[in-house]
Amino acid sequence: MTDTIYALASAQGRAGIAVVRVSGPQAINSLSKLSDGTFPARQAVLAKVINPDNGSLIDEAIVITFHPPRSYTGEETVEYNIHGGKAVRESLLNALSQMDGHRMAEPGEFTRRAYENGNLDLTQAEAVADLIHAETEAQKQLALSQMGGALSNLYQGWADRLVKALAYAEAQIDFAEEDLPEDEVKSHVEPVLTHVMTQITDHLNDGNRGEILREGIKIAIIGAPNAGKSSLINALAQRDVAIVSDMAGTTRDVLEVHLDLNGFPVTLYDTAGLRPEQLSDEHAQDQIEAEGIKRALQKAQEADFKILLFDGQENEMHAQTLNLKDDNSICVTNKMDNGDTGFADTISISTQSGYGLDNLIDNVSRETKALFEDIQNSPSLTRARHREALVEAQDHINRALKGFSPDMIAEDIRMSVRSIGRITGRTDVEDLLDIIFRDFCIGK
Amino acid sequence: MKQKFDVIVVGGGHAGCEAAAASARMGANTALVTHRKDTIGIMSCNPAIGGLGKGHLVREIDALDGIMARVTDKAGIQFRMLNASKGAAVQGPRTQADRKLYRQAMQDEIFNTPDLTIIEGGVDDLIMNDRVVEGVVQDDGTKIYAPAVIITAGTFLRGITHRGTDQIPAGRVGDKPAVKLGETLERLELPLDRLKTGTPARLDGQTINWDVLEAQAADESPTPFSYLNDKIDVPQIECHMTYTNPETHKIILDNKDLAPIYSGQIEGSGPRYCPSIEDKVVRFADKERHQIFLEPEGLDDDTVYPNGISTSLPVDVQDAMLKTIPGLENARVIEYGYAIEYDYVDPRALKNTLELKDVNGLYLAGQINGTTGYEEAAAQGLMAGLNAVRHEADEIFTLDRAQAYIGVMIDDLINRGAPEPYRMFTSRAEYRLLLRSDNADQRLTDIGMTWGCVGEKRANVWGKKKEQLESARALTLNLKATPNELEKHGVNVNKDGKRRTVQEILNYQNITWDMLADIWPEMADIPMDIAQQIQIDATYAGYIDRQMADIAAYRKDENLIIPDTIDYKSIGSLSTEVIQKLEMARPQTLGAASRIPGVTPAAVIALLRHVQKRHKHVA
Repeated sequence: MTDTIYALASAQGRAGIAVVRVSGPQAINSLSKLSDGTFPARQAVLAKVINPDNGSLIDEAIVITFHPPRSYTGEETVEYNIHGGKAVRESLLNALSQMDGHRMAEPGEFTRRAYENGNLDLTQAEAVADLIHAETEAQKQLALSQMGGALSNLYQGWADRLVKALAYAEAQIDFAEEDLPEDEVKSHVEPVLTHVMTQITDHLNDGNRGEILREGIKIAIIGAPNAGKSSLINALAQRDVAIVSDMAGTTRDVLEVHLDLNGFPVTLYDTAGLRPEQLSDEHAQDQIEAEGIKRALQKAQEADFKILLFDGQENEMHAQTLNLKDDNSICVTNKMDNGDTGFADTISISTQSGYGLDNLIDNVSRETKALFEDIQNSPSLTRARHREALVEAQDHINRALKGFSPDMIAEDIRMSVRSIGRITGRTDVEDLLDIIFRDFCIGK
Repeated sequence: MKQKFDVIVVGGGHAGCEAAAASARMGANTALVTHRKDTIGIMSCNPAIGGLGKGHLVREIDALDGIMARVTDKAGIQFRMLNASKGAAVQGPRTQADRKLYRQAMQDEIFNTPDLTIIEGGVDDLIMNDRVVEGVVQDDGTKIYAPAVIITAGTFLRGITHRGTDQIPAGRVGDKPAVKLGETLERLELPLDRLKTGTPARLDGQTINWDVLEAQAADESPTPFSYLNDKIDVPQIECHMTYTNPETHKIILDNKDLAPIYSGQIEGSGPRYCPSIEDKVVRFADKERHQIFLEPEGLDDDTVYPNGISTSLPVDVQDAMLKTIPGLENARVIEYGYAIEYDYVDPRALKNTLELKDVNGLYLAGQINGTTGYEEAAAQGLMAGLNAVRHEADEIFTLDRAQAYIGVMIDDLINRGAPEPYRMFTSRAEYRLLLRSDNADQRLTDIGMTWGCVGEKRANVWGKKKEQLESARALTLNLKATPNELEKHGVNVNKDGKRRTVQEILNYQNITWDMLADIWPEMADIPMDIAQQIQIDATYAGYIDRQMADIAAYRKDENLIIPDTIDYKSIGSLSTEVIQKLEMARPQTLGAASRIPGVTPAAVIALLRHVQKRHKHVA
């Protein structure tokens, strides 16, 4: 018999309400031992929850029962909404632990059961985790759309079309002796492969937006030593995160700050300063700094967006920093403490006075938002796992398109379907023969 | 005196013959009980053997030293390698067969098999001791004893033929059905159901206007089915083709209510790939013509089997319909088409040895298990025969999905059942690139030798071929050349400076053995059939590596045995629908469970965890 699992579904710590979820074949049975109320399915019922061992009152709770399959896990489920104090929580969890066939749930086990019972597919299960971890509006939207099946539908759609192409390819093989409409059969194979291929390619060429959005947009602040990078990060984060000192080269390691910029999750990186002169090996001090610079350049490359920061006190723009300018970067002149205008085509700010910071934030949010403009309109790839499987599928389709003989072509189409099936965890394809017999008059 | 055998085979069709021959080959004292000795080796349906998937089965039977391929080689009159241009993996040998020659060759085999006794008569009942079979009771009351009985009743179990509104109890036209045996199986509470199949009218070839018809020739050099033969001595002939037309279709549609399948007279479900002409016309209304192959039944027989227009319409409608078809305007009908409905046992009641799960010693093979086709029947007969011999020793002989089409078929049958008559197709085999008709001997003959079902002659032929293959393979691994060296001989590969073995070079689709034999003369000494094998293996190299990885995963699941005593309801997270499907098939392994339609991947995971937990408890 499957265990009945229970766990605190709300956060640890003191709160007004805590929710304990119980799922499994004994969930309603244990409720009947804890309370003598009647509990119609999916209705909130106020009930006294009593410890059956000693008859003592655990709490007065709102209890909701769910019957399979209409519950999150697809099993019998009871949710106890209790008062959120430590003592109440623990006495209820304790009482549940005494029940037959009950045990504490492992992390993620409710969702795993939902998957096993077919209530969610893999991408949807992943989305549940993302939704729980979503910190900003855009992340929430992304997770909700995936949980709603946007991604599954897209992938399943491709898989379905490939399965049909495979059925037609197989018809040419297994029913070679039949009077099949050859042109019609062909029109269902190669053009379909080409079309799905284009769609997968477009989906993959999304600049990794879904993954970026899920993990947070990485913005690197880059500039010469003492250009004010750490000060900028502090000013933006409105809290002290990096050591600020007048001595050049104080910041050696990369520090990061997580921000919510108008609904978009942003991770801001402070980097070591870039110095034009050759660093000598003689000083250990310099070696550490050299390592810091190396990392800074690497971060600059990995970043989704760069803030190139220039010291307005200097006569000209720091050349090494300017070299990094590209489409995904913005140039900023710091130390315009008197509200002066800095270098041409830059945003002027002063981390000391706060001048221009709002303008900078507006510009950065506008630029980052543009990166994700259409993400809400089309389902986006959110995990490297998806990307790997799709690249694999692409590979197989490509081979099928260049295929040497029909048996190898069919094998590659089959493999492409399987690659996509791995993303959603749905591998049960409609029997190919069903498609063939439905679409063609077969049989002598 | 008590008549006692090691194995009794009931039925002398394709399954029965192969079962009896296999059992006798294993040295078991075997009895073949059949209604009429002279109908052994009869082809009840169309006069052809092999095809896509089916040809593979025949080669596999041959690799295990069965008889079908050798008999076919003596009777084939139009050998053709199907899909010759579509890749070695999907090529299937097929031939028209001369009915008389086939029956003669089969009877020669059966009557001359040592340890095999033919008993003429029907079988009405089984001798049972609780759920253990002990023998059979003939229709004259004679009892014959054996610890293992194989029933190969074909379409005879309570068979009824339909032609218009006429219904006649029959196993096939002119032969009485096995009614009592059907009742016996019902008494054993086996899951019985009805299937139907049909045949077209047989025509007199002398009344067909051949001049207006399209002809199809045999292959120029026929490829034998049997690995023991290197040529075919039977004369080869042409087949002809014609087509139905809108006029034909109108006659059918106007009279379709007279067809038993539309009048509700037939309950059994028929195969989608072998529909009657009335079915085709109704379901594919926009198709303007349907192809008909006019298959000659023999070299000196004028009977023609018009393959493609099986029907159970009344006789006068059949006549009217034929008159509209080019070439058949004046064709005389020798025997009108009919549909036949018969009992079959849901094969999910079988183990992978084809023994019933809950009747000890009783094996079923052939159409009684819901299959269609001579080849499918023969392959099951072979496997049932082998297993029945070792029934008392508790030894089993099975092939899995990665070893043979035979394994694919039996696994499909016992796990998925046969909601429609089961016919083999290459697309049913997931390891198709490995399971080719050209390499059945390489896959199976060694296995057959360890089982003891391979005779001396074949063992010698295979032993020699195996040696040749091994030395040729060694040669292709030893001979190497750089791209520049190859280029001098006009052979182009990637110019990466890498020295490649001949095996690697052959992986290039446009490079052939002969081209390389110009560079290395020793390659020219390799016999052509051996060279061809090496070349085919090289062609599929990358694909086969991947299939081997898949097979490793598949076998891992096959090794996870689901205990017989499992209670699916206790797993909890399985839906009622999934539980029903699992209970019906009672799969022997986790892998088998995963192949049952409707059992979701998530359900398989739940099952896996349940089984693992049980293992832990036991340990």
